[in-house]
Amino acid sequence: MALDEYKPQSGGAELDGERKSFDYVGTRPERPDGLDKVTGRAKFGADAHAPGMLFGAVVRSPHAHARILRIDTSKAEALDGVKAIVTRADFATGLTGEFANVLENVMAGEKALYDGHAVAAVAATSALAARDAVKLIEVEYEVLPHVTDVDAAMAPDAPVINDSYADASVPEGFNANVVRYHESGHGDVEAGFAEADMVFEDTFKTEATHQGYIEPHACLGSLGNDGKGELWCCTQGHWYAQKYCAALLGLETSQLRVTASEIGGGFGGKTTVFIEPVALALSRKANRPVKLVMSRSEVLRATGPTSSASMDIKIGFKTDGTITAAEGTFRLQGGAFPGAPMEFSAMCAFACYDLKNVRQVGYDVVANRPKQAAYRAPGAPMAAFAVESVIDMACNKMGLDPIEVRLKNAARDGSKASYGPRFDQIGMVATLEAAKAHPHYAAPLEPGQGRGVASGFWFNHGGETSVSLALSEDGTAQVSVGTPDIGGSRASMALMAAEVLGIPYENIRVTIADTATLGYNDVSHGSRVTYASGLATIKAARAAVEKLCQRAAAKWGIPEDAVKWENGCAVPSGPNAGDFDPMPLADITATMGQTGGPISGHFEATPEGAGVSFGTHIVDAEVDPETGATKIVRYTVVQDAGKAVHPTYVEGQYQGGAAQGIGWALNEEYIYGEDGRLQNTVFLDYRIPVASDLPMIDAVIVEVPNPGHPFGVRGVGETGIVPPLAAIANAVSNAAGVRLKSLPMSPPKILEALEAGGDA
Amino acid sequence: MTRKTHVTATVNGDTVEYLCDPRETLLDVLRDRLNLTGAKEGCGTGDCGACSVTLDGRLVCSCLVLGVEAEGKQIETVEGLSDGDILHPLQQKFIEHAALQCGVCTPGVLVAAKSLLEKNPDPTETEVRYWLAGNLCRCTGYDKIIRAVMDTAADLREAS
Repeated sequence: MALDEYKPQSGGAELDGERKSFDYVGTRPERPDGLDKVTGRAKFGADAHAPGMLFGAVVRSPHAHARILRIDTSKAEALDGVKAIVTRADFATGLTGEFANVLENVMAGEKALYDGHAVAAVAATSALAARDAVKLIEVEYEVLPHVTDVDAAMAPDAPVINDSYADASVPEGFNANVVRYHESGHGDVEAGFAEADMVFEDTFKTEATHQGYIEPHACLGSLGNDGKGELWCCTQGHWYAQKYCAALLGLETSQLRVTASEIGGGFGGKTTVFIEPVALALSRKANRPVKLVMSRSEVLRATGPTSSASMDIKIGFKTDGTITAAEGTFRLQGGAFPGAPMEFSAMCAFACYDLKNVRQVGYDVVANRPKQAAYRAPGAPMAAFAVESVIDMACNKMGLDPIEVRLKNAARDGSKASYGPRFDQIGMVATLEAAKAHPHYAAPLEPGQGRGVASGFWFNHGGETSVSLALSEDGTAQVSVGTPDIGGSRASMALMAAEVLGIPYENIRVTIADTATLGYNDVSHGSRVTYASGLATIKAARAAVEKLCQRAAAKWGIPEDAVKWENGCAVPSGPNAGDFDPMPLADITATMGQTGGPISGHFEATPEGAGVSFGTHIVDAEVDPETGATKIVRYTVVQDAGKAVHPTYVEGQYQGGAAQGIGWALNEEYIYGEDGRLQNTVFLDYRIPVASDLPMIDAVIVEVPNPGHPFGVRGVGETGIVPPLAAIANAVSNAAGVRLKSLPMSPPKILEALEAGGDA
Repeated sequence: MTRKTHVTATVNGDTVEYLCDPRETLLDVLRDRLNLTGAKEGCGTGDCGACSVTLDGRLVCSCLVLGVEAEGKQIETVEGLSDGDILHPLQQKFIEHAALQCGVCTPGVLVAAKSLLEKNPDPTETEVRYWLAGNLCRCTGYDKIIRAVMDTAADLREAS
């Protein structure tokens, strides 16, 4: 979720309080696209071909910070098979705001701002010819001083990335690399700390990690000189791609039709554009379709990792564990452009707790690294790492149970959130109670093992949504949604439509519509799909049901409001109850052409009732003091889903979030050399968890209905990555007997901490 | 232009012929010349396993094999897993267990898992985890993948 799209969710009164049970929602049917995905038939980004297609490749800066003095394309142009070369001159001019930032990131202008920044691109008749041509493009650079660390970038004498970035929020006296500032909270923290029996204070750091989707970015673009284009790409949001590509190429938005391919993972990293505008620019120049696919090292060097962070946390406690005040400072480095989600860090940091006095401050810092992109609950995991570590340190010191302390301070229905609004009906306490009752929490530990507990919060999101549902003559239904299906959302849409229509799940086909087929849809992000596209699907189905009832009423010659919908049939009700046999959906649709025409339902809105989400994780870790290696021996996720539409896929989200958190906590990091170049640009060196690294991950679904959704659904995708960094750090610290304050907790760092000593 | 090489191989039981540049990988050939796009390129360096196929029965990353090396060889890809419209038990179990979310690693995982069960019909959880350690999945945390493979193995043992 991009910063400018965040809206505090207002709760709302959508929940169908009459409903006592579900026929379809909550069941676990096979996903509609399962067959395609196990047979190799599903078409992902790189699987498209077009007649006359060319292959693109991108020239990237080997320098972290350099002025581009000259680009000589003459040798490349002379190479057999080369059809087009583009540089910044081939894109729109005069853009402002985020359009300008995205263009600058897609293709460098005057300066290369990070190792891997695109400076030119070529299209040729084969991928090999394109790759050869890249090597023949000569770029002359004037290398400039660079900075990649967040704290170093804030230093007074640090090289400045761009002296026009900083906005009016930044207090005086900071280096120009501090580009935005945030402050929030309530109460009087100084008075709160004065009330405390003990105050704990520490500093924490996390490195940038990559979303690590297995499918590299890939697209196929076709753009003519008439300004009309087609784009196929793997994206979390094809309307976003349409809007940004059109702006960057100077097109009318509606003239570019974008189709989302199947998407091989995104986790936030495919919520923006990188190669898509480049493929279109090459296509316009060559007058042929152009396919552009990133290599893994391009993905790691040039697409959005998350922010790195440096954080100070101070929390005051009474001896019984009551928190009297909490304060946090969050410095996030988001690459060479403004936008590090430091507000989200600040706002989520203490949101699990009902605090009288709380204050949080954020700094958005730029450095010579790739432009950060959203990564699953952007900003929240690192903040939770710092805050939940301090709570664990306090529990250890005061001899208190970590779940009891959290229960004592937990945010409840009606609590004033640390970031401002009052919570509606929430599940923080429910997750803690379920964690406390779980056998994992009482299980004995082996020698060398430690247990960690942590909670986490994420806002969840609504966003612009359009859904269209059309009934067919044979009584089946097709649902068109605009949110790419990243992890089984077709199944949840079909379940929700089946629930309303009362026809079998199997009779509903859900399609991800292209940009020409449906109104605008916000990106698949912010855990919004099952909530917002689900709500829209339910309302579209209800609109169709209303028409079905009207047709039945007309046939029976009774008033429209005397017909209700039950179990897939129109049924006379009220004074007419029992006068006619129930009329099944298929009987009505069979003749709909003669009774008033096709029956469809659609819904367009920006729902704002995405219920917030909480989770609590329990982790057992074993640390080898000889090597510093850590093994996760047991892992339990407890999270509130509101209502789990397809529980198996909800479990999958919890397990996936935990696994990514394990990677972030233990292994994954962006390693920059002295020269500012990324040193680990392949999966061998940027090591995400593999099957043999992990245990089974127990997923416990808690259901506290969200008042903002007809069936009580809350988004579940992101919260699962918020507690793991902290829960694992707490487990590792308790196993090692020393406190780990910097991620990843790689073997050298653990050995260093053991050497330094101290308390856990 | 580099001179291309003529290659004859068998893919999923069918004889195929192609011309390929000596620099092209078997994965490039499968995807771009034979239109078998089931195998995916996730890394191009043999680290992710999304391009897993078997070459004369041996599990390989097709991004680490050159197209010209396939001369006279038997190649099996995800497209050859099912028997006509009857899914391989692994394919069916992956759907039942929701052992995939985005599905991009799935073709490689399935090919690798089939290769495991042919060698070891009764693997322990640890053996499955180590065998599949070369197949990266970023979505699932592997839990449901491991369960699907173990469940398939149990069913196949019962059936045999």
